[in-house]
Amino acid sequence: MKTFIKINTLLIACMAFIATSCNQGGDSSNGALSSNIAEKVYVAPGERDEQYAFLSGGYSGNLTVYGLPSGRMFKEIPVFSQFPTSGYGYSEETKPMLNTSFGFIPWDDLHHPDISQTNGELDGRWIFANGNNTPRIARISLSTFETEEIIEVPNSAGNHSSSFITENTEYVVAGTRFSVPVPQRDMPIKEYKENFKGALTFIAVEPEHGHLDIKFQLLMPGFNYDLSHPGRGKSHGWFFFSTYNTEEANTLLEVNASQNDKDFIAAVNWKKIEEYVNNGGGKKMPAKYAHNVYDESTHTATSTMKDEVLTVDPSEVPGAIYFLPTPKSPHGCDVDPSGQYIIGAGKLSADITVHSFDKMLAAIDAGNFDGDAYGIPIIKYEDVVAGTVQSGGLGPLHTEFDGKGNAYTTFFISSEVVKWKLETWEVVDRQPTFYSVGHLMIPGGNSRKPHGKYLVAMNKITKDRYLPTGPEMEHSAQIYDISGEKMQLLYDFPTHGEPHYAAGCDADLLMNNSKKIYRIDENMHPYAIKSPSEAKVVREGKDVHIYMSTIRSHFTPDNIEGVKVGDKVYFHITNHEQDFDVPHGFSMIGQGTSEILVMPGQTKTSLWEPKRVGVWPFYCTDFCSALHQEMQGYIRVSPANSNIELSWSLDE
Amino acid sequence: MKKVIYVLVAVVATMIVACGGGDGQSRKDKILAKSVKDPYENWQDYKGVGPIQDLILPETIDEAMVAKGLEIFESKCTACHKAEKKFIGPAPKGILTRRNPEWIMNMILVPEQMVKEDAIAKKLLVDYNGSPMANQNLTEEEARAVLEYFRTL
Repeated sequence: MKTFIKINTLLIACMAFIATSCNQGGDSSNGALSSNIAEKVYVAPGERDEQYAFLSGGYSGNLTVYGLPSGRMFKEIPVFSQFPTSGYGYSEETKPMLNTSFGFIPWDDLHHPDISQTNGELDGRWIFANGNNTPRIARISLSTFETEEIIEVPNSAGNHSSSFITENTEYVVAGTRFSVPVPQRDMPIKEYKENFKGALTFIAVEPEHGHLDIKFQLLMPGFNYDLSHPGRGKSHGWFFFSTYNTEEANTLLEVNASQNDKDFIAAVNWKKIEEYVNNGGGKKMPAKYAHNVYDESTHTATSTMKDEVLTVDPSEVPGAIYFLPTPKSPHGCDVDPSGQYIIGAGKLSADITVHSFDKMLAAIDAGNFDGDAYGIPIIKYEDVVAGTVQSGGLGPLHTEFDGKGNAYTTFFISSEVVKWKLETWEVVDRQPTFYSVGHLMIPGGNSRKPHGKYLVAMNKITKDRYLPTGPEMEHSAQIYDISGEKMQLLYDFPTHGEPHYAAGCDADLLMNNSKKIYRIDENMHPYAIKSPSEAKVVREGKDVHIYMSTIRSHFTPDNIEGVKVGDKVYFHITNHEQDFDVPHGFSMIGQGTSEILVMPGQTKTSLWEPKRVGVWPFYCTDFCSALHQEMQGYIRVSPANSNIELSWSLDE
Repeated sequence: MKKVIYVLVAVVATMIVACGGGDGQSRKDKILAKSVKDPYENWQDYKGVGPIQDLILPETIDEAMVAKGLEIFESKCTACHKAEKKFIGPAPKGILTRRNPEWIMNMILVPEQMVKEDAIAKKLLVDYNGSPMANQNLTEEEARAVLEYFRTL
């Protein structure tokens, strides 16, 4: 009997356990299961994540899209790098996106994604990102998840204190890390001091379509402008840039740029400069830079070379720019959700310096400065500092916010995230990262309204976190639950390239606007065909244009004759599918470019230059149906002097 | 004692199975599976599975609708269908002598569901070499216009 009762109890316990485990993915904040960390990141098959995270790819040149809390990667969005997976930068339509004043540049170093905002809150329309190497700013649509626009930034070099936006997306701002001669000229490097300039570029964002246009460039002293963030709320209208190398060293910066006890945060009243410029201020300077725009209706990018930029000399707009002394080569320059605090993380220091916006205004009013640098007033450190966070860590880099009065700062040297309280500056928690954390991201953590449930730490060193894959390891990231008083490490996941910063938001903000297909009747591509009956092949001298259509699972036409060695053959492929997630691919044997992946309703063009006589196959590269293997065709290539007429057919 | 453990194992096993959420075939499917009737021959019994369950066609043909239907058919359907000749898929000519109007609408609007749940559509998929009917995302109004065009063939 006793055994029976025991078994009965066991049975009930078992039933209870199974019933509970049936209810997956729900809130698990109660009872014994609250200690189950795995459940917090477990998104059951078929379930969806709560938030999107957009991680920069650094030297991959691209942006990757992840889900939180699962850490699953959904997509890699090509931005500054050619991407054979989709044909970006290879297809005729997208090659112009990578055009610059230096010519076609197939790569860049993508750093700091930032989601567009309205009234200081994420609005989910676009995400901006900077190319650090050949200075460029990109705008990516958050409806198509495609790069729609890239503008080159002249007079800049090492475009690092970028691409942060003002709180109504009035501007996307791009600051130079390396100062250079402006305009560029042949001069001795050692004459750097007093001759080189640091350009801070304010790029206006047209509110309806997001189109970019350089409004003005501020030609600042030749320091290194490292990172920046906009003022928000009360400090809207200002922008803050951290600087290092105020020594203006031009060699062995590792030592020579670390001499001064304090560098500056530059506070720029951009509204004042905007007003100056709107009233005819500034000087137009010749400058060559590319502006590349992708048009969703023609599925085609065009590149325009610009030849002039409006520059502003800070001395001509008194009262618009001030320097805030900040210890030890500040790296991160972050502004809290209220706009009151400007945080400078001195990367060679143990402490974090917090400046007060109110104190800054009061000091400016009092007019009591600590001298100037190149005519720009320096506010006294003690007049502007609000507090110092004495963390005990080493090497503070970046700070984000949870919207509940807490700030979270990464420490590179001591490999940790430190949570501290705004206004009391006390450290309330610290958690190790694995290893050597660079940036961190709280979805919305760079806005007036953070969605502060998770924190993602992006690390520079991976070492033993994953199975080894040779000398090169993907960088690791860690997700922490920050909903409680203590941060809780939930999960580790590998990232692609080297993430420098990320942006994130609630899934609801984007998922309902995410485009599923392009409507074929809205396709304005000049080589689109609205119906397979319009399929044709046209010769214009040595150029052969093939107007081709795809649907599961055939090409129209699929037999083509009359192409000759030495021709340039353009395959203009229109995908006539109108169903979500049914792209078709196209590839041709011996083609000196990548495949192209054509979305439903889209037209893309692939160039082939046949070099050998023969009958050559092409096929669909994206498994599209049970008859995908049958989705192929042939092109007959005849000698250059052949008389064979162009002909094309399907099933004839 | 042993018996009790068996019972326990059985109960737990049942619950795990119930957890799996595998609802298997729908009731309708099971009934259809039992039927030995040829769905092609008994087409009048099938309205298809989907949003359209009642559609009575008026006597007269609406020419404006036909024109619109033809335009849509040419742009979105001709990759696989020729009006009067079998191609990747069947020819729509005379379709109303083989299918109910509701069935035609549902096949256009929700082909993925139809090939899973409707007996005629399942059979068609096999007869047409496994080539799936693409969902071309037509609105109900657009599908209705295409049907009107089919009436003129």
